[in-house]
Amino acid sequence: MSKLHVTTTVNGEVQEFLCEAEETLLDVLRDRLGLTGSKEGCGTGDCGACSVTVDGRLICSCLMLGAEAEGREIETIEGMAEGETLHPLQRKFIDMAALQCGICTPGILVAAKSLLERNPDPTEEEARYWLAGNLCRCTGYDKIIRAVLETAADMREAS
Amino acid sequence: MALDTKQDTRTEFKIVGTRVPRPDGIDKVTGRARFGADMSAPGMLVGRVLRSPHAHARIVSIDTAAAAALDGVHAVVTRADFPDIPLDAALADIRDNCMAGAKALYDGHAVAAVAATSESVARQALKLIKVDYEPLPHVTDVDRAMDPGAPALHEGRTDESVPEDMSPNVMARYEFGHGDVEAGLKKADRVLRRTYRTEATHQGYIEPHACLAQMGPDGQADMWCCTQGQYMVRDTCAAILGLRQGQVRVTASEIGGGFGGKTTVFLEPVALALARKAGRPVKMVMSRSEVLRATGPTASSSIDVAVGMAADGRITAGFAELRYQGGAYPGSPVELGAMAAFAPYDLENVRTIGWDVVANRPKQAAYRAPGAPMAAFAVESAIDELARGFGLDPLEVRLRNAAREGTRSAYGVTFPAIGLEATLRTARDHPHWGAPLGDNQGRGVACGFWFNFGGNTCVSLNIASDGTVNVTEGNPDIGGSRASLSMMAAEELGIPYEQVRTVIADTASLGLNDVTDGSRVTFAVGLATIEAARAAKREMCRRVAGLWGIDEEAVVWKDGAACPAGPNAGDHDPMTLAEIAAIAPNTGGPIAGHHEVNAEGAGVSFATHMVDVEVDPETGATRVLRYTVFQDAGKAVHPDYVEGQFQGGAAQGIGWALNEEYIYGEDGILQNPGFLDYRIPVASDLPMIDTVILEIPNPGHPYGVRGVGETSIVPPLAAIANAVSAAAGVRMTDLPISPPKLRRAIETA
Amino acid sequence: MDYHAPTTLDAAVDILAGASGDCRVLAGGTDLLVRMRSDMAHPDAVVDIKRIASLRTITEEDGGWRIGAAVCGAEMGEHAGLRAAWPGVVEAAQLIGSTQVQGRATIVGNLCNASPAADSVPAMVAAGALARIAGPEGIRDVPVEEVPTGPGKTSLGHGELVASIFLPDRAERSGDAYLRFIPRTEMDIAVAGCGVSLTLDEDGGIIRARVALGAVGPGVMVVAEAGRMLAGSHLREGGLQQLATICSAAARPITDKRGTEHYRTHIAGVLARRAAVIAYARAGGTLE
Repeated sequence: MSKLHVTTTVNGEVQEFLCEAEETLLDVLRDRLGLTGSKEGCGTGDCGACSVTVDGRLICSCLMLGAEAEGREIETIEGMAEGETLHPLQRKFIDMAALQCGICTPGILVAAKSLLERNPDPTEEEARYWLAGNLCRCTGYDKIIRAVLETAADMREAS
Repeated sequence: MALDTKQDTRTEFKIVGTRVPRPDGIDKVTGRARFGADMSAPGMLVGRVLRSPHAHARIVSIDTAAAAALDGVHAVVTRADFPDIPLDAALADIRDNCMAGAKALYDGHAVAAVAATSESVARQALKLIKVDYEPLPHVTDVDRAMDPGAPALHEGRTDESVPEDMSPNVMARYEFGHGDVEAGLKKADRVLRRTYRTEATHQGYIEPHACLAQMGPDGQADMWCCTQGQYMVRDTCAAILGLRQGQVRVTASEIGGGFGGKTTVFLEPVALALARKAGRPVKMVMSRSEVLRATGPTASSSIDVAVGMAADGRITAGFAELRYQGGAYPGSPVELGAMAAFAPYDLENVRTIGWDVVANRPKQAAYRAPGAPMAAFAVESAIDELARGFGLDPLEVRLRNAAREGTRSAYGVTFPAIGLEATLRTARDHPHWGAPLGDNQGRGVACGFWFNFGGNTCVSLNIASDGTVNVTEGNPDIGGSRASLSMMAAEELGIPYEQVRTVIADTASLGLNDVTDGSRVTFAVGLATIEAARAAKREMCRRVAGLWGIDEEAVVWKDGAACPAGPNAGDHDPMTLAEIAAIAPNTGGPIAGHHEVNAEGAGVSFATHMVDVEVDPETGATRVLRYTVFQDAGKAVHPDYVEGQFQGGAAQGIGWALNEEYIYGEDGILQNPGFLDYRIPVASDLPMIDTVILEIPNPGHPYGVRGVGETSIVPPLAAIANAVSAAAGVRMTDLPISPPKLRRAIETA
Repeated sequence: MDYHAPTTLDAAVDILAGASGDCRVLAGGTDLLVRMRSDMAHPDAVVDIKRIASLRTITEEDGGWRIGAAVCGAEMGEHAGLRAAWPGVVEAAQLIGSTQVQGRATIVGNLCNASPAADSVPAMVAAGALARIAGPEGIRDVPVEEVPTGPGKTSLGHGELVASIFLPDRAERSGDAYLRFIPRTEMDIAVAGCGVSLTLDEDGGIIRARVALGAVGPGVMVVAEAGRMLAGSHLREGGLQQLATICSAAARPITDKRGTEHYRTHIAGVLARRAAVIAYARAGGTLE
């Protein structure tokens, strides 16, 4: 079985990789590109731990083939901070203890960033429904939702 | 050094009690933190497990030849590859659970495993393994498993506490209590007798089990895995594979949730056996379906309760008979359930009986306060129903009967200072209790208890020459413990929090630490950290005394520096920790403090939960509107993470009460092995979860700390059931209260 | 497995028609990849249709809307014109999975996956939607309810694929709605679902009505009797109860891990009543 050659952009950098046709984008990110920040919690699109954006659209990377990435722009948790400067959501998650074990955190941050890019002033209900595909088993979501809403308020004030 | 000989509980703090950023925060928000599946090694193979498709079957034969011959396959193991060395019963069960022997005992039971060069080759190889099964009758329900004629999983393993005429699936009987229950029930104005049932639930950690193992030809093994206890992994793997403990070094990765489910092994001995056979590193990662089918959910239960109450709300007697099936092997948490059932109450007459039952389900593992939530569901539902029946305030009834300092508990011990009454009073005075309710809405309350645990603990505290401090401890950081331990070390040393870094040792770098369970880490590891800091302070005072040419007793530690104890000690400028550290080579060498202890005095914990729900009588759907947790934390070291524990436990309990359940078909096959149909709460299912932290200091800890992690899952099952019952006007006694079940109850009411 | 990413519909048809083994269309992939992952599908080839420009658009056509087979649910939700015309279809499409799944899942995939519980299908059926099928013999349009023929099965022939969905021109005073019941608030498969589409006269009387049920039979069910009963009526309490009774009577559900036969039968009626009320209000009707 010959492998497929794929050229794509990940976090602003052009990447080339070889993969089998069955491999998911998540497999490629983790096993071929060494980007292990995206997590596999279910492999079936039910937990959101593998959330990334593809051409600006939030998706589960476990539900996309690596081969489909050809020519696309992919953003992962590893590209969220700019150098040493954390994204306001990242900073806020630490400040407000919006994580316990941290396994769902990358996916939730990627999803929350996507929310705030589309809706800078979400209601609590909007934030909860937007993040309904990101399971967290530690926090009961309370501090996560508060951190997202507070970041949104900070970012509105700063802009 | 002049330290008070009397160990007073400290009450004034500079760092403890503040909300500092956690030290591992940046790693975890940037994706840099390395969890179980994030580890890799050169030449690594992929390991995968073949699992039984039968609920119960004799394994007649396994033919692995075709799999072993497949290009890219480097090792195939079955039970024959695990030496038949004598083990105690508990370890032998773990071995049998990790790799089936004569029989497959549940859907998903491991029967063989392969290591191959890729995932696809490994999957192909599994299909080439031929297992000849002889299917056997099975049983998955606890009450049916206790029928004398039920299919038996094991023969001759029943404990002598069990009457001989019972099913061989009944493994042990437990009994607790005091007084005369029958006499107490006779004094009651009403006796409520009901049977309650709960389904098995899973811890539902988002990170599947993962392990990377390698072993060289010299027999030296290294393992990296996500676990609640690297020493447990080491000792268990060594015993099962016939190795010496010192041959196996285990490093705990970051852990993506455990809640008790990672206090045992499933993959680890298999990965090590494959690595040994292949001579290459082997990585194994479970799929979500494997996690649900073949790790350790909690027990399902069936509980008979009889509670007698006088018209004034006084409980005259309490009785409960608890039946828990803990899967295919003995060890359901029924003993803890029987102990915890009536623990919140000061009762003259109380008795509980517990039955440990096996069934064709995966071997249960600990799940947050194991055994207690089901027991509390039954007892707190009964008390609620009685209180409402008499028209009494359910909080007042609980206050009237509440255990307090000096109460002889239902399980035997006499309580020291405890916080139950404080949680109840605070709940009664909270605005939530009096808030108005609308149509189809109801409010429920319930109390919960957990023992908490201390255990074997070992901590090293090392001071670098520039005055920075490393705390080395042996329990994985499952939710902020690096922060709380750094805080306690900084507090004790009188230095800034940022000057301390806490790291988690591998098994070769520190002495034994028990698994992260029993809400023990902030208590026991915190205690050992404080004691290690005190040992380091004593050493620093000794060094300074030498420099100053005065007695050790004339030097005291104050605000991060060694100081003369008083005017008689002479006129010396205080020496800071950093100054002392800088000249350590000249005063006797490196400075460190250590503490090793099997910690006792963990201090029991109580909580009261209050919840409002709204039911849709047409669909049976329940919506949680408002939730408040009142819990005693002893001393909240990092309040954010204490609140987080309260909220997380409440959320898991809400899931257990409403939608989570193991669903087995008639064929004994698990019907819902995925997050699609094993329905844990999602963000849109829950309201904010308000918390009230109470601080009744634990006399067993220098800062008054009690464990907080587990108690919060004990009350929600009953609190939700009580609220739904009030809202719908029907008493719900079976969990989960799924929409079809509630609708059915409303229809037939 | 071979991976194909043709850029024209003809090329896609050629690949599908020329395939000898199990060749699957890959649109959003949110069902196919899950089936592959859980060892339930082992395709020899997949044809990714997302690089076919004509399948990626939502276009106005004869007063109606044509939705390409590669348009994801999120794109439908972001399309103001489509949302205004067919809010019930759009809300049904948006109920499929999480935000992440919405970034991939398509209503054509939802239709061709042929799950009895597919959320968008009852809404499309109530809307009178047509599926445009492309194949070696050319193009044909069929009512969407004729595409799935049973759980996991479709009427598509060898080499055929659904290229687009057409939602017809909307009469004045029309409204549609879709409701489903799930145990949680999100992330579940429908226990039952109901799509209702209504057109009113100037007095609020119903002229035309279509009602379709999901997850209560082997496939989507058009409840013709419910449509007949509603037509000519105003939506009043008695009529709503009658609608519920008809829909419950039409339901032929099974008992499984997601609900009992008894429960689903009941819920089908409850949802029909509630969806009708929403559709009626969207059509400009005022409940008395």
